[in-house]
Amino acid sequence: MMQEGLDDGPDFLSEEDRGPRAVNVDLQTDATLQVDISDALSERDKVKFTVHTKSTLPNFKQNEFSVVRQHEEFIWLHDSFVENEEYAGYIIPPAPPRPDFDASREKLQKLGEGEGSMTKEEFTKMKQELEAEYLAIFKKTVAMHEVFLCRVAAHPVLRKDLNFHVFLEYNQDLSVRGKNKREKMEDFFKNVVKSADGVLVAGVKDVDDFFEHEKTFLLEYHNRVKDASAKSDRMIRSHKSAADDINRIASTLYTLGTQDSTDVCKFFLKVSELFEKTRKIEARVAADEDLKLADLLKYYLRESQAAKDLLYRRGRALVDYENANKALDRARAKNKDVLQAETSQQVCCQKFEKISESAKQELIDFKTRRVAAFRKNLVELAELELKHAKGNLQLLQSCLGVLKGDT
Amino acid sequence: MAASSPRNPPPLRGAENQDPLSEMADEDSDEGEDIFVGNSNPVAESFQPDTANGEEPADLFSEEETSTAVNSSITTFKSNGVHSDNENDLFAEVSVELSMENPSTTAKTSGAEFTPSLTLSATQPRSMEQVGYNRTSATQPRSMEQLEEEKDEDSFDMDVAVTNPEKIGDGMNAYMAYKVSTRTTLPMFRNRTFSVWRRFSDFLGLYEKLSVKHSLNGCIIPPPPEKSVVGMTKVKVGKEDSSSADFVERRRAALERYLQRVVCHPSLLQDPDVREFLERDELPRAVGTHTLSGAGFLKMINRASDAVSKMTIKISYSDAWFDNKLQEVESEDLQLRKLHAVVDSLVNHRKELCGNTAVFAKSMAMLGNSEDNTALSRALSQLAEVEDKMETLHQEQAASDFFILAELLADYIRLLGAVRGCFEQRMKTWQRWQEAQSTLQKKREVEAKLLWANKPDKLQQAKEEITEWEGKVTQYERDFDRISVTVRKEFLRFEKEKSKDFKSQIVKYLESLLQSQQRLVMFWEAFLPEAKAIA
Repeated sequence: MMQEGLDDGPDFLSEEDRGPRAVNVDLQTDATLQVDISDALSERDKVKFTVHTKSTLPNFKQNEFSVVRQHEEFIWLHDSFVENEEYAGYIIPPAPPRPDFDASREKLQKLGEGEGSMTKEEFTKMKQELEAEYLAIFKKTVAMHEVFLCRVAAHPVLRKDLNFHVFLEYNQDLSVRGKNKREKMEDFFKNVVKSADGVLVAGVKDVDDFFEHEKTFLLEYHNRVKDASAKSDRMIRSHKSAADDINRIASTLYTLGTQDSTDVCKFFLKVSELFEKTRKIEARVAADEDLKLADLLKYYLRESQAAKDLLYRRGRALVDYENANKALDRARAKNKDVLQAETSQQVCCQKFEKISESAKQELIDFKTRRVAAFRKNLVELAELELKHAKGNLQLLQSCLGVLKGDT
Repeated sequence: MAASSPRNPPPLRGAENQDPLSEMADEDSDEGEDIFVGNSNPVAESFQPDTANGEEPADLFSEEETSTAVNSSITTFKSNGVHSDNENDLFAEVSVELSMENPSTTAKTSGAEFTPSLTLSATQPRSMEQVGYNRTSATQPRSMEQLEEEKDEDSFDMDVAVTNPEKIGDGMNAYMAYKVSTRTTLPMFRNRTFSVWRRFSDFLGLYEKLSVKHSLNGCIIPPPPEKSVVGMTKVKVGKEDSSSADFVERRRAALERYLQRVVCHPSLLQDPDVREFLERDELPRAVGTHTLSGAGFLKMINRASDAVSKMTIKISYSDAWFDNKLQEVESEDLQLRKLHAVVDSLVNHRKELCGNTAVFAKSMAMLGNSEDNTALSRALSQLAEVEDKMETLHQEQAASDFFILAELLADYIRLLGAVRGCFEQRMKTWQRWQEAQSTLQKKREVEAKLLWANKPDKLQQAKEEITEWEGKVTQYERDFDRISVTVRKEFLRFEKEKSKDFKSQIVKYLESLLQSQQRLVMFWEAFLPEAKAIA
């Protein structure tokens, strides 16, 4: 399926890509609110996503509508969730990564510069390769933005968020600008403080076994997923390089084959043709591994981070609660500002309990989602690997049959 | 003269052997009869290298050529009792010689192929004489020719193998000894199966001996594998790791291919040095190989002297067939080098993939361990195992890429160098002939001047010199013809070998790819149920 899509020229999103492309997450589509990215346009350094919503909820003016959004607006939405105290007890769906076409664009540029130094066929071939690469990156970024929206839409609480509705419906520019330097610095410091705090908070032993277990588990899991993600990237890159080499072998064999019409030359031509086909398959294998394995790992890297963030928030709330208890005891002892201390303590208690309750459910859901996503992707990975290996096998068998028959 | 008359090729088969002879008798009656009568003399004398015989042999041969050049089916020309054996031998050799070229050239189905042989007859009337000379200088002329043209593939009753590399000695004086085993039914060897121990310098020594003897004839001598100081030092020092094991294996395989090419070559196989190499228990240490490898050394010398002479030659001499072939060789060399570079890159990337897969497999196993859902944990561990198996697969594939494909290309790049050397050798021979001709011209001018100046004593000397140079011109011309024939024959043989080699090696490579894919299918088929079992 993806193969046809990749072979398309300028039409970036082909028919079969419509519909929720929930690659890494197993989501039930709910008729009351369905969100997807129906189209996308890549301009020089921006990608414009067309967010399409279908809803029976009364909150919206229409039942079906679309708006155009850019990456910064997604980030704004995500940040608004994170900063909202009400949502402290939920795993905030991780923000989609920024679309990064730099590497691909650079390669296309280099190709354009080097056009004079290679033959017409080589140039056309390489151009097609790079365009396919660009397209693949493009499709990935669309998928990742879509997954974010789908996760929000599927969440019982977040889907009701006002900012989310504005995001979906408001058909003017949200005037969200990317963070300027100062804000970025602020963010940086906030993160430093947070991680220092996180260490402190993590050190506090939790009374609740469930959360204690989750804490240990998530910490280890997150680190290992990070490692696996990096290593899978490297492996897939080598695979792509090998496929590229096979491509060049095919070209050189073709040149050798066209120099004469002896039977060894005809032999070369047939082998060249074979390699052309097998390397297409090899490239697809690498692309599918990327999609089903590397992307899966990357996504769960981000999700496990979001889960860790939740635990941190709960841990913070716990510390605040315990501090409030201590303050209340002190106030009672001194018999001063007792009421204030009591209210403060109650607030902290409520906050902590609310977070704990929803966090438990969120973490259980996270586990379920994770297992389902891994299952789906591993099964699909195995099926695709088999399909490609069998395809390769068939090509090799038929080519060998022809070659051996000739000699 | 005879060259101008078009004649219908006589349908020659066994009984009709007489036709060319009788037809010739008809055409040039006087000379024909003379030739037949006075036949044995020219024949006997033709086997001497420096015959000063004048016109008779020349006429005979020029007529012969036209009749035989036209018809390629004279291959089955057998001796019959009608004419004297000598006659038949001569004609048989003549006809077989030319027709040996023709079948392979007609295989290319171009009429243009005939021109070289005709030009041969037109300009160098003594070529057949030289051919006759060439043939009988080999030990079994006709049977060897028949062997060459009748067999389609190597029905060689000869197998060589290079095995069991063993390290002899210690430290920097250590060396690897290889067992060279031969299995043969050829009568020239003492036994049917035998083996000897040889070291790398022995192989180089063999190459140098063969080069010295045969490269001047225009033979394509297979070059041995290159020296490697780094590789050997590692082995000597005793570094027991995979890279030195790889190096030894690579060298062993290369030496085996080298020997196989040498024994495949019909002329080289006859060389006593080759026999000695295969049979003799103790070979005297080859000297002079310790600084340079033979191929590089010769090339170095040749290149230096060729640089200038090449310029002048290209302008004045052109022989379509040789020029075309040289061009083909050069462009092929370019492509093979390119291909070799890409295959090298592939080998490296596969090795990289292999390493990265292993690392990823471990990482996956760790992830599987942390996963608390048991089914998923198991599936992830299984995935890690699959990736581990893939690592082995990639490693084997990289080895196959290297040993089957990359080494094949490297061998042929070296061989093409040897082929170029051959062509250059022929050029040098031509040049020598041309220079002799111009010297002869000068001597004649000197003689003319002396005649005019009337100095009898100096005149005598001048006449002697002229005779000497006339002889040289004849000799060099003959050499040139001979080398042309040899080079051409060698080249065609090389093309055939190359075609066969490439086909068989590439098929082997594809088969290894096939096996890899089959194993891949097995791995993933085993994994799929595990993935589906996740709950």
